[in-house]
Amino acid sequence: MNTESIVFLVLAFFVALFSVLSVTTKRIIRAATYLLFVLFGTAGLYFLLGYTFLGAVQIMVYAGGIVVLYIFAIMLTGKTGDAKQHTLTVGKRAAALVAALVGAGLLMFVIITHQFVSQQLGADITNESAAPISQIGSSLLNAGEEGNLLPFEAVSVLLLACIIGGLIIARKR
Amino acid sequence: MNITIDYFLILSAVMLGAGMYGFFTRRNTLAILISIELILNAADINFAAFNRLCQTGIEGYVFTLFSIAISAAETAIAIAVMINIYRMLKNNYVDELDTLKW
Amino acid sequence: MTYTLFIILLPLISFLVLGIAGKWFSHKTAGWIGTLALAGVTVLSYYAAYEYFFVIGRDAVTGAFERQVPINFCWLPFFDQGLHFDMGILLDPISVMMLIVISTVSFMVHIYSFGYMKGEKGFQRYYAFLSLFTMSMLGLVVATNIFQMYLFWELVGVSSYLLIGFYYTSPAAIAASKKAFIVTRFADLFFLIGILIYGFYTGSFAFVFDTPEGLASYAQAGFILPLALTLMFIGGAGKSAMFPLHIWLPDAMEGPTPVSALIHAATMVVAGVFQVARLFPLWVTYAQDWMPIIIWVGVFTAFYAAAVACAQSDIKRVLAFSTISQIAFMMVALGVCTELQTGHEHVGSVGYMASMFHLFTHAMFKACLFLGAGCIIHAVHSNEMNAMGGLRKYLPLTHITFLVSCLAISGIPFFSGFSSKDEIITACMAYSPAVGYIMTGIAAMTAFYMFRLYYGIFWGTENKELHAAHHPHETKVMTWPLIILSIITVGVGAYTTLAGFGMFDGYSFGSLISADGQDYRIHFDTSVALTSTIVAICAIGLATWIFKGERQPIADKLYATFPRLHRWAYKRFYMDEVYQFVTHKIIFACVSKPIAWFDRHVVDGFFNFLAWGTNATSNGIKTLQSGRVQQYALVYLVGTILLIAMLLIF
Repeated sequence: MNTESIVFLVLAFFVALFSVLSVTTKRIIRAATYLLFVLFGTAGLYFLLGYTFLGAVQIMVYAGGIVVLYIFAIMLTGKTGDAKQHTLTVGKRAAALVAALVGAGLLMFVIITHQFVSQQLGADITNESAAPISQIGSSLLNAGEEGNLLPFEAVSVLLLACIIGGLIIARKR
Repeated sequence: MNITIDYFLILSAVMLGAGMYGFFTRRNTLAILISIELILNAADINFAAFNRLCQTGIEGYVFTLFSIAISAAETAIAIAVMINIYRMLKNNYVDELDTLKW
Repeated sequence: MTYTLFIILLPLISFLVLGIAGKWFSHKTAGWIGTLALAGVTVLSYYAAYEYFFVIGRDAVTGAFERQVPINFCWLPFFDQGLHFDMGILLDPISVMMLIVISTVSFMVHIYSFGYMKGEKGFQRYYAFLSLFTMSMLGLVVATNIFQMYLFWELVGVSSYLLIGFYYTSPAAIAASKKAFIVTRFADLFFLIGILIYGFYTGSFAFVFDTPEGLASYAQAGFILPLALTLMFIGGAGKSAMFPLHIWLPDAMEGPTPVSALIHAATMVVAGVFQVARLFPLWVTYAQDWMPIIIWVGVFTAFYAAAVACAQSDIKRVLAFSTISQIAFMMVALGVCTELQTGHEHVGSVGYMASMFHLFTHAMFKACLFLGAGCIIHAVHSNEMNAMGGLRKYLPLTHITFLVSCLAISGIPFFSGFSSKDEIITACMAYSPAVGYIMTGIAAMTAFYMFRLYYGIFWGTENKELHAAHHPHETKVMTWPLIILSIITVGVGAYTTLAGFGMFDGYSFGSLISADGQDYRIHFDTSVALTSTIVAICAIGLATWIFKGERQPIADKLYATFPRLHRWAYKRFYMDEVYQFVTHKIIFACVSKPIAWFDRHVVDGFFNFLAWGTNATSNGIKTLQSGRVQQYALVYLVGTILLIAMLLIF
């Protein structure tokens, strides 16, 4: 029982708990807040894995950008929470619950029965896969064997399209 | 107790299940989007964990970055759409958005 | 003689013009178009008759009038060789005579209708239908084969239906038109079956087949040819209102009176007689054993109709039953004709000539009677005899022409009915004295009920209040046809009577039309002529005695003595009720209803079930297509789970 294990278990419990809370709470603003906690927990997991840059991106983009966007949107659309007439019937809720549980259960069954060839989190972790930020940068802008320039450009075009699309869709007519 | 890839995968499976449940049960479109974020996040965790624990190289890492970027873009567009819907219908409950069905 | 085509085309054109463009014409224009077309037809018909009888004349070798076929083309061929439907024009003595009868009566009716239908709504439609009828009837009589005849036969039925139902706002007229159409259609079904049997076994629709092989094989065909002929006779009986298919004719009087005169007295109702006459060579050659059917149907119908006519109070009904009775005379005359050979010693063939002769004379005087009845109805606005009485002062011309026609139908010498009826009775006597005496008796009944009618209308008690209100009067345009028709009646009657008694060497009707086209000189059998004249005069005397006075004590006493008999006769011996019972209680209730039930519930039910099933399935599927993303996602997830489960298991 090393430190990493304890940290992972705490983070995992934290993330799992807020995931569930985020989808079960009645009020949507709380759901957004719980999502924020989940995203922080995830960032923690990235840090635990040694991916500090990724964790930073997670906090900046997700927690700092997206969740703020959500909260603005929730406030803009007025009423928070599900109104009475839009509540689900018990049967539908049960069906959704069963489907989700069975789906997750099936995945867990597959995960547990499958023998992954995996390193352990902690001391014996190799430094090569820790991925220093310089390596990430050169990989993103490299068109060669190890490079990811094409997806990078594709994503940048996508982001541009999203900027324009978001402006056009949301503008007042 | 050694933390292997299985633990990460089980955690992400729990997140995925929660996200699916939320996706099915929520009526507010923004809440549905939040559920989708959970699902995407579960996928991101898997990318990162597989990259770190099961192989050398950085593809998973880079794709987690892309995934975050794309989910940000998706959220921006989706929220723009929601706000537009809200302007038209004065609510954004998904069970009332069936106009395109007809 | 191809110009005879215009005899059919002229009324057809008139029908099309009036039928399509009639509503833009004034009444006067429409009437003139129809009448002028008919005038053209009449002129052409008379010219064709003149040319046929006197220019072409007798064949040098056979000494008979030969068939002329100016036009004939194959209209609808079946297979390469063999059966084919032809259309064409056939001229022989009887069709030429029919041309004259139809065109004359139709022309008179066209003129008459100017007055009678004046100001009626649908005046143009009326003239269009009259043209249609005339065209179909002319086409019927000049048909070169049975199929063409059947075609025009049905057209005649349709135009009759249209004209009976002319006053389509009156429920009685609608019911009558439907009744006429359905009853005659029912009879025509047998006609059609007969035609099909005939065509199937003889390989031809021609009226005669004169190939020697044909003769040999069909003489041995046994009952097939007689059966076909009898079925065709049933069709003819329906059109000619023979018992028990007569029930439509009295009701058909709901139509305008000129229509009754044209269709239901002079032309269409004799189509059955004409059909039997047309097929007569076949009857005599192959089906002589079956001819008593014609005779006894005719005899019974003649008696029945005469008996009913004695008790009717509606003047048009009396005339309708008298028409039925007179047509039955013609039928009987055809039935008693046992050979085709004519000549002074061959009395067996007189019936054919007598039948055609009576058809001719009857058409004239019965049309006159109906048109006269039309004048009377026009004057008093009622069909009932009790609204009339004493009308001779108000309608002098109608009175005289009506009297002339009554004398003609009663068989008084020097009126046309005498000559033809006398020939019929002579023919009957030659066949069997029993039939002859029965027919003489029925002729006496005819004289009786016609004079009952005559006295009831023109003599007797005047219905003063009614007449004061309407002030009965005659219209000139309506009296002219009456005068012309009665002149024909008297002229033909006087000439043939004198000829029959040997004043003109007997050259008269029989010289033109006889069973085999040879010259047949009518010469009266003195005993028959005397008997029937005396009997007719007695019957008239009886009618005068009973009905002439202002009061009618004898008639009242007779009603009182035989109330049931009078009631039965008045109700036409309940034939309509019998039909009602048979059709409604037996056929509709026991056959049609179960079939209808089967149709409604089983056949329709099956398709309703299909429709319902489709609908229900669609509704079921529709809920899947809810437009709700979450539902879709759920289904998608369930599918994925199942797929994964399957992958894991197998």
